[in-house]
Amino acid sequence: MSGHDHEHDHEHSELSETQLRVRALESVLIEKGYVDPAALDLLVETYEKKVGPRNGARVVAKAWADPDYKARLLKDATPAIAEVGYAGRQGEHIVALENTPKLHNMVVCTLCSCYPWPVLGLPPVWYKSAPYRSRAVSDPRGVLKEFGVELPKDTDIRIWDSTAEIRYLVLPVRPKGTEGWSEERLAELVTRDSMIGTGLPKQP
Amino acid sequence: MNGGQDLGGTHGHGPVRPEPNEPVFHGDWEKRAFALTLAMGMPGGWNIDMSRFARENRKPNEYLDMTYYQIWLAGLETLMKERGLVAEEEIEAGRSLHPAKPVPRVLKPEDVAKTLHRGGPTERDTNTKPAFEAGQRVRAKNLNPVTHTRLPRYVRGHVGTIERVLGCHVFPDSNALGKGEDPKWLYTVRFDGRELWGDQADPTTQVSVDAWEPYLEPA
Repeated sequence: MSGHDHEHDHEHSELSETQLRVRALESVLIEKGYVDPAALDLLVETYEKKVGPRNGARVVAKAWADPDYKARLLKDATPAIAEVGYAGRQGEHIVALENTPKLHNMVVCTLCSCYPWPVLGLPPVWYKSAPYRSRAVSDPRGVLKEFGVELPKDTDIRIWDSTAEIRYLVLPVRPKGTEGWSEERLAELVTRDSMIGTGLPKQP
Repeated sequence: MNGGQDLGGTHGHGPVRPEPNEPVFHGDWEKRAFALTLAMGMPGGWNIDMSRFARENRKPNEYLDMTYYQIWLAGLETLMKERGLVAEEEIEAGRSLHPAKPVPRVLKPEDVAKTLHRGGPTERDTNTKPAFEAGQRVRAKNLNPVTHTRLPRYVRGHVGTIERVLGCHVFPDSNALGKGEDPKWLYTVRFDGRELWGDQADPTTQVSVDAWEPYLEPA
């Protein structure tokens, strides 16, 4: 058995063990009356179906299309984002970071997994994993390369480590050739990673 | 604590591997671990800083070997066991073996949207004035508590600049220990990449952390 297969089997059996344990725990907690299974289903459904990066894309597209909204977003993002209908858990205090051709912002949480849930949903696995959390602060250009992003050498890179309850949303540079586009059409260009700073928006 | 969670600047973890078209959850157990963690906050009565400490407070090798939802699950078990809400033998048996403890509230389906929308804001009113202002030079103190803290090791002892005054916020170092919210002024502090990583570091890089006043001293 190769090292890789062995590792795979090991991971597989550990996951099965975890699956059984979660099931057992859920049964105990329901039996004790601490949790309501319908509330659990609703929590999952909320973050699987309703709250995700399309929310953030709407905010970004609106900021691209409406200079007054953009000014409000950059001044105080939490109420500006609430205008569009997004607020709450893990987005109680949001700051928007404007990318320019000279400045690229990138967000990390080196200590855990802090992420702006109301606008981006739950974080992807890589965001919570050691490779990203360790190197985003010390080797951002190397990390960006792993996402296929190469910035000009003279672009300043600014890393925001989310060590408190402030959550950061990157406002990417509006792609050229999108003059006069509707917010709906602009939102299609906004990727999740472009709002974390590990990617760039799609080009038209 | 200087534990496995404090990853900034550490080496050897390999490249970042983004997963194309990643699903929100990988398998049913992640959904249930996520939902149980969120739902138990209400009857459990712990706060977010206690949760974070329960997750990070384990052997670094264990922390690094677990997936993130495994860490959440382990943290949840710790919090519940500490409060006598559930016992190991009950998880092993998959059924309740001891009477349930009285809990203040249970999350009902009709309260889910409201509870998520309210969230847990951490800014508090204060009569105090911030000790630092934007543009001021500060040094991150060399603090090494064995308990929960949010000052990462890679900035300790280094000099940066106050960029924003963020208001007065619940202080995690106190809140995690159940010693009250003890709100303190919070700042965004920006460091030059070379200050943190040496002269060979990329001169175009700057890194900021959000740091509470007790983490900082004038420089």
